[in-house]
Amino acid sequence: MGALMRFHKATLALLCLLLLLAFLLSLGLGAVSVAPMETLAALGHTLGLVSLPTDNQLIIEQIRLPRALMGLLVGTTLALTGAVMQGLFRNPLADPSLIGVSSGAALGAALVIVLGGWWLADMPEALLPYATVIGAFGGGVVTTLLVYRLGQTGQGTSVASMLLAGIAIAAISGALIGLLGYLADDRMLRTLTFWNMGSLGSATYPRVIALGLCCALLCWRLPRQARALNALLLGESEARHLGIEVERVKRELILLTALGVGACVAVAGLIGFVGLVVPHLVRLMLGVDHRRVLPGSLLLGGSLLLFADVVARLVIAPAELPIGILTALLGAPFFLILLLRTQRRSI
Amino acid sequence: MLSVTDLGCARGGCQILAGIDFQLQAGEVLAVLGTNGAGKSTLLATLSGELAYPQGTVQLAGRPLASWPASERARRLAVLPQSSSLAFAFSVAEVVLLGRLPHATGYEEDQRIVAEVMQATDIGHLHQRSYLALSGGERQRVHLARVLAQIWEAAEPACLLLDEPTASLDLAHQRLILQQAREIARRGNAVLLVLHDLNLAARYADRLLLLDRGGVSALGTPWEVLQADRIQRVFGVDVQVARHPQLDCPLIIS
Repeated sequence: MGALMRFHKATLALLCLLLLLAFLLSLGLGAVSVAPMETLAALGHTLGLVSLPTDNQLIIEQIRLPRALMGLLVGTTLALTGAVMQGLFRNPLADPSLIGVSSGAALGAALVIVLGGWWLADMPEALLPYATVIGAFGGGVVTTLLVYRLGQTGQGTSVASMLLAGIAIAAISGALIGLLGYLADDRMLRTLTFWNMGSLGSATYPRVIALGLCCALLCWRLPRQARALNALLLGESEARHLGIEVERVKRELILLTALGVGACVAVAGLIGFVGLVVPHLVRLMLGVDHRRVLPGSLLLGGSLLLFADVVARLVIAPAELPIGILTALLGAPFFLILLLRTQRRSI
Repeated sequence: MLSVTDLGCARGGCQILAGIDFQLQAGEVLAVLGTNGAGKSTLLATLSGELAYPQGTVQLAGRPLASWPASERARRLAVLPQSSSLAFAFSVAEVVLLGRLPHATGYEEDQRIVAEVMQATDIGHLHQRSYLALSGGERQRVHLARVLAQIWEAAEPACLLLDEPTASLDLAHQRLILQQAREIARRGNAVLLVLHDLNLAARYADRLLLLDRGGVSALGTPWEVLQADRIQRVFGVDVQVARHPQLDCPLIIS
């Protein structure tokens, strides 16, 4: 038992190191390569530790740092919400996009991108990104509440109805976003497309701060529910018999997930499969216990997205690939393999 | 421990239970018998607070069930459902450890109790195995161990509700589990279990509660309840009731 705990601690420490490495790589690599020592020096100058700015100070400070921070936060938040949703739905294949939060948030943002141009015609150009953020967040929360209401029965929340409601809402959102595409002009259409594919290219400090606040709330609240999530894996009535206030816990987890996913979709567009792949890898390393899965997902999610972003920037430099395409290319086959394995097991 | 007064329950406009009255005393094992659909599982669901609006009252240790705070109740009432769906690869020891969730007794104490209940349910050798790799009977014993861990060495007498704990067990393990139930009762707890095997019930339970179409057909000692004409009436099966050659309990021969 002691050896196993030491192994878990060592693994978590390694994941910390991996995250640090990913973060530094993401600062140093790109269209312009910056040497590791110079990267550290530039970072030191930003933090006020080093007095002289370096040659590439501007690139590191104004372009790469917000982008790396956003990648870290998006990866962390998506992986955490994925792990929580899988626990909540007692299904290792669940993903925040399954209950319709991602689609709802996407619809909210698309509405703002296309219709906002008319409603908010007098709005200064600089404020438009914030409107998108608020639209996506609003869409995420509204969808979650709707799915939650649809899934509720006399004896609590039925997981199956919630999943089905999520599928229906995803279909409606997809259709409406498609319709919006006909209303959009060329410029909007380009924004819509790029945003639909997901990218960290739009990273700015105000967005990083907004997302950081949401992420901090998640990192503070979710680990407190780790034991409740463990009990929920047994089933809702079993969790209730173990003294968990199931309805309250579920409500909190659902709202937090909506917040996290909505914020991610708003700042970075649709980046799929992080919430599915990361918790899976973490479970393979650390087991099923949420007291380890949550911190593990938090660390690995950030690293994975940062690495993916580095690759997305390098493969067709100086242009860049939308990161959503990359995660889907890697994540979708992973999902299919999991699906095949689950099917074979149940036969 | 558990006091049930005029309990009833309707689901979908259909009265499933009506007029159930009984007391479950500390130190006793009460077996609930009845045909399929007689209301045994519904009775257990109302007793465990699972069904939201039952008629009548259920009191746990003199206090209405609904007024117990969730975590406090979990230290006094443990429930083994008929079947559990767990799709994640917890190790056996981790599943059993979940039973310690309502308690704050610390790592060392929890580990000791987990080891003891795993011994008691004969799953000690499965310790590090993945739950998903177990057979049906092994899984049932793992959940039983988890439920036992929940009330093992409880500070106050607790109540244990078991829904068909022997359903998928072999002969030796059926015996082991029911002996454990007796042992739990001997330590001052109350045990209520749903059984299908009349002979097992006669041998291990202090009292029997025979349900028939949602009502109490009989409540009393095995000799009082297990009479040939009553069994014929409730189960529709002709049987003979003899005396067990070694034990002083009825033996049903069908």
